[in-house]
Amino acid sequence: MKRAQFGHSPIPYLFVGPQLAIIVVFFLWPAGQAVYQSFLLQDAFGLSTRFVWFRNYEDTILNTVWLESAGFTLLFSALVSFFSIAVALLLAVRANEVIHAANAYKTLLIWAYAVAPPVAGLIGGLMFNPFIGDLYHLFNAAGWDFNHTRDGFDASFMVILIAVWKQVSINFIFFLAGLQGIPASVQEAARLDCRSDERRFWTITFPLLAPTSFFLLVINVTYAFFETFGIIDVTTRGGPGGATNTLVYKVYTDGFLGADLGGSSAQSVILLLMVLGLTVLQFRFIERKVHY
Amino acid sequence: MRRKILSAALGAALALSAGPAAAEPVEIQFWHAMGGRLGEVVNELTDKFNASQSEYQLVSTYKGGYEDTMTAGIAAFRGGEQPHIIQIFDAGAATIINAPGAVYPVEDLLRDQGVAFDIEDYISGVRYFYADSDGRMIGMPFNSSTPLLYYNKDALAEAGVEPPATWEEFQEIAPKLKEAGYVALSQSHSPWIFSENFHSRHNLQLATQNNGFDSTDVEIRYNNEAMIAHWSAVKDWLDAGYYGHYGRDWGANQDAFVQEKTAMWLGSSGSFGGLQKSAQFEFGATYLPHWKAVADEPYGTFIGGAALFAMSGHEDEEYKGAAAFFEFLTDPEVQYFWHRETGYVPITEAAYETAKADGYYESTPDAEVGILQLKQPAGEWTRGYRLGFYVQIREVMYKYYDQMLSGEITVEEGFEKIEAEANQLLDRFHDTYAG
Repeated sequence: MKRAQFGHSPIPYLFVGPQLAIIVVFFLWPAGQAVYQSFLLQDAFGLSTRFVWFRNYEDTILNTVWLESAGFTLLFSALVSFFSIAVALLLAVRANEVIHAANAYKTLLIWAYAVAPPVAGLIGGLMFNPFIGDLYHLFNAAGWDFNHTRDGFDASFMVILIAVWKQVSINFIFFLAGLQGIPASVQEAARLDCRSDERRFWTITFPLLAPTSFFLLVINVTYAFFETFGIIDVTTRGGPGGATNTLVYKVYTDGFLGADLGGSSAQSVILLLMVLGLTVLQFRFIERKVHY
Repeated sequence: MRRKILSAALGAALALSAGPAAAEPVEIQFWHAMGGRLGEVVNELTDKFNASQSEYQLVSTYKGGYEDTMTAGIAAFRGGEQPHIIQIFDAGAATIINAPGAVYPVEDLLRDQGVAFDIEDYISGVRYFYADSDGRMIGMPFNSSTPLLYYNKDALAEAGVEPPATWEEFQEIAPKLKEAGYVALSQSHSPWIFSENFHSRHNLQLATQNNGFDSTDVEIRYNNEAMIAHWSAVKDWLDAGYYGHYGRDWGANQDAFVQEKTAMWLGSSGSFGGLQKSAQFEFGATYLPHWKAVADEPYGTFIGGAALFAMSGHEDEEYKGAAAFFEFLTDPEVQYFWHRETGYVPITEAAYETAKADGYYESTPDAEVGILQLKQPAGEWTRGYRLGFYVQIREVMYKYYDQMLSGEITVEEGFEKIEAEANQLLDRFHDTYAG
């Protein structure tokens, strides 16, 4: 059967034109440059260039520092995404139930969203400072021999805590909006059928929040992969002993500080493919279970 | 006829308007990495230079930290907008010097512009650090410092000990300091103090190919007996409570000294002014200790800090101005001003003599320690090193030193890993720059 065709007018292209131009100039062109650069060995000043095919990719994947960094990044992203979403969900459900001074609670919980990641890192760094940090002293007083400047586990704990704290508030906003979008009639009907708050949450509320949760999962994984850079840079700089060196931080140290353009381009292309792959997986396997 | 008169009048008008334009000073762009108080001193230097002559107008711009400044310079060069003079730090020197034709070697620049130049005028520890393998100066040392041992006079008196000249002496006094309630030592830069300068202090080879000066096809020599012995000792000191490791951060280790947790601290000769402001006790500065077992008498140390490079691709007129600024900078009075205001060492013998003649070291003897250390006997391996991707190599060292000190890996394993990963990076650098 032949598909029905309408006559095309060029006007729609004019409307999408500016948007497409922005995408090409600010996204596709730089990304293309990174891919091109990733096949080159070039001195920092661009005075001598050699095309080396996949040499930069080989050097990256076979490098133990990169492999350790990749392992940490996956674990870090999983933990940060999970806890950011879980804590935000818990807070949103609780805040939604509050009757007195509900707005004050909500405002206070949303506040931290205005904090930029490097500032969050700075605040966190001060709280964990070995000489004046309250959290540092609290953990040590509680019997935990906490020292993030020496111990990789403690340092990872610290950056995850700061990254989660920073992200909870934005997730909170989305969950609260999602909860308020659930019709009161549905909730009342459920209340008649089931007295257990917990069961009602898992069978009614949570499935109805699924689109929000899925959206947040995608956003939070991207956050953990890329935006936590600022937190790492001002707290641990990837240390101690490379324990908190995320992939995007390594791209920065190799490319920006170390002037290895080919190597860091190859690393960013691999990072891009990883996040792309994760997003595709999420859409294929998790989104199927989401009902809109 | 009328047309002729008109054009003559026009010509005269043009000549008139060109008159003041010709007197307009030539602008020289200078990008640097000196923030805070140091930045203020650079601005004062700039004003002094601009006031000293009328042909050139030096414009100094702060571009952030060392790495930011280098990256800004690289990006500008790629866009054809590079400054005339840029400040590049020690670990980045190989990147700019090995890029074919990115810089106009300072020695050539000065000679081409008719400025007298003799490398022997420079203090021996400073002279060849930014030179090529033939000893031609490529970058002019600007802010130069060297590692020193600072000690808390009260703490040492309390324990009844003297500051150590050797690590053997340190091992004797450390238990007494511990008894007095102090961790004996912390230090702020393990690649610079406990690796690079460790080799210079004991006159040990640091890398093949004449410490990397002769070729980029080079291998690192950090995995040697003396280094392993030193770091094994450091690990023992840490376990015994004689050594404080407060992470890789410069400030955190300095704070431990300022807050009297540690009795001694290895920092930079440039740290003096900052300590004077923050420390609430009397402190002194002395030489970086050495192992008597490795070298009976110590050798001079390397400088740290940064140098000024003239970037290629500018007009001859502008290079004249750059040369004038370099000449101005080496003036003994200017050097003495810089030395006094910042704590960095003077780079020429004449400037050192000027400071001495002025009685500066009688009132502040600690300010002289760094220069005296740089003037200690030179050896085959004390002129410096030139290693590519050295910023990344330092990261590798930080990583494995942390792991060695936490006991995750042994010292021997640590140096094997440092050697293997550093050599991979050096290979990449060689293939990038010489391939």
